[in-house]
Amino acid sequence: MRETRPITSAASRSSGPSNELGPLTPSSPIAPSSPPKLFPFLLGLADDRLVLGHRLSEWCGHGPILEEDIALANIALDLVGQATLLLNLAGKIEGKGRSEDALAYFRDGGEFRNLHIVELPKGDYAYTIVRQFLFDVYSYHVLEQLQKGAHRELAGIAAKGFKEVRYHVRHSSEWVVRMGDGTDESHARAQKALDDLWRFTPEMFRPDAVDIEMQEHGIGPDLTALKPQWDGVVREVMGRSTLVMPADSYMIGGGRNGKHTEFLGHMLAEMQIVARSHPGAEW
Amino acid sequence: MALTASKEEILEILAEVKDPELPVIDVVELGIVRDVAFAGDELWVTVTPTYSGCPALQVIEREIVSTLEAHGFANVRVQTAFSPPWTTDWLSEATKRKLREYGIAPPGMVEVSSGSITDLVNLRRARPAVECPFCGSANTVEKSEFGSTACKAIHFCNACRQPFDHFKSF
Repeated sequence: MRETRPITSAASRSSGPSNELGPLTPSSPIAPSSPPKLFPFLLGLADDRLVLGHRLSEWCGHGPILEEDIALANIALDLVGQATLLLNLAGKIEGKGRSEDALAYFRDGGEFRNLHIVELPKGDYAYTIVRQFLFDVYSYHVLEQLQKGAHRELAGIAAKGFKEVRYHVRHSSEWVVRMGDGTDESHARAQKALDDLWRFTPEMFRPDAVDIEMQEHGIGPDLTALKPQWDGVVREVMGRSTLVMPADSYMIGGGRNGKHTEFLGHMLAEMQIVARSHPGAEW
Repeated sequence: MALTASKEEILEILAEVKDPELPVIDVVELGIVRDVAFAGDELWVTVTPTYSGCPALQVIEREIVSTLEAHGFANVRVQTAFSPPWTTDWLSEATKRKLREYGIAPPGMVEVSSGSITDLVNLRRARPAVECPFCGSANTVEKSEFGSTACKAIHFCNACRQPFDHFKSF
């Protein structure tokens, strides 16, 4: 992705949306006193975006219409870009010299901390869009909180991502309504996607020890408090889409602990093979 | 002895570096050069990405280094800052004029984080008419908010029947 460089202290000295250049001071190294669970927390945030970005990129050249092909490739680029920044920061926090590329391409499935919902195969277009919508609304609320969080570098990355997810959620919600309240065929496919994906959604709001520590440090959000907000937005859009909210049944989780569906390994094999076959290669 | 220069002189040199995807505007007027500073014999340039995944940034960083080296600065370092996040509000009127002349409709002003998520998903958003960069008509329609690069949307002019890029407000 790009070479390692020092993390900037600019986040702390710049203020306000002004184009005035900052003072003439070089960067200072990152503060050594990060909470121990910040590294896995960053991996979770990054892996959600890296894995979903890869799933979206699978549509490149296969989109139902040209505009959607381009849109999904753009959203994939935003997500992989966010993952790059988060993994770069994670590597510095870890302090073992691992770059964003090392973390993306040289970790095995058991070391990935993404939610299950992002690793599921892309399915048909309705499945991709409904999944995207469910994740976009979640990501919107998470990034909105993270940008106000106590960790300056993470807050800066989140503020950037928050501007991007506003475009994403507008795109995915438009399509959920268009398909749900569309033809019999599009409605049936969108409803099936929602029914199939529903049991993967509670994992988003189930805080683990990492989330709790981050919340205690004022770095991460209170996930349980985000749930009703997410629920409200999802219900509203599903109502307008004439889609029926599924009942809660057996709920799946474990992604944050490195327990994954069989689909992640296959995806990683494809995503990682070039880097692993030619370690150190650059272009 | 190390070469020194004022901040203004450095920025003037950096104006030679164009955005590879928008070769009519340079990286200073695009607002992605956030700071230049000397630290000992090192010249530090702080840049900020437009979008998180902007692939042009790596090319831009290499060009910043090679351009400054060509002007005699031997020890150039580039670092990235994310805050405050880049916004198209930093583009001056002169820069927006250049975009229009190049055939890209320039961005309007961003209402920073305006509108709740409920507004977003209910499509309650202001859609100010984007003027066609070719014929000036406001009779245009947005085809997609995602275009040929992360920073552009696809529009169509009903008057002159031309598709065009819109540098979206961000």
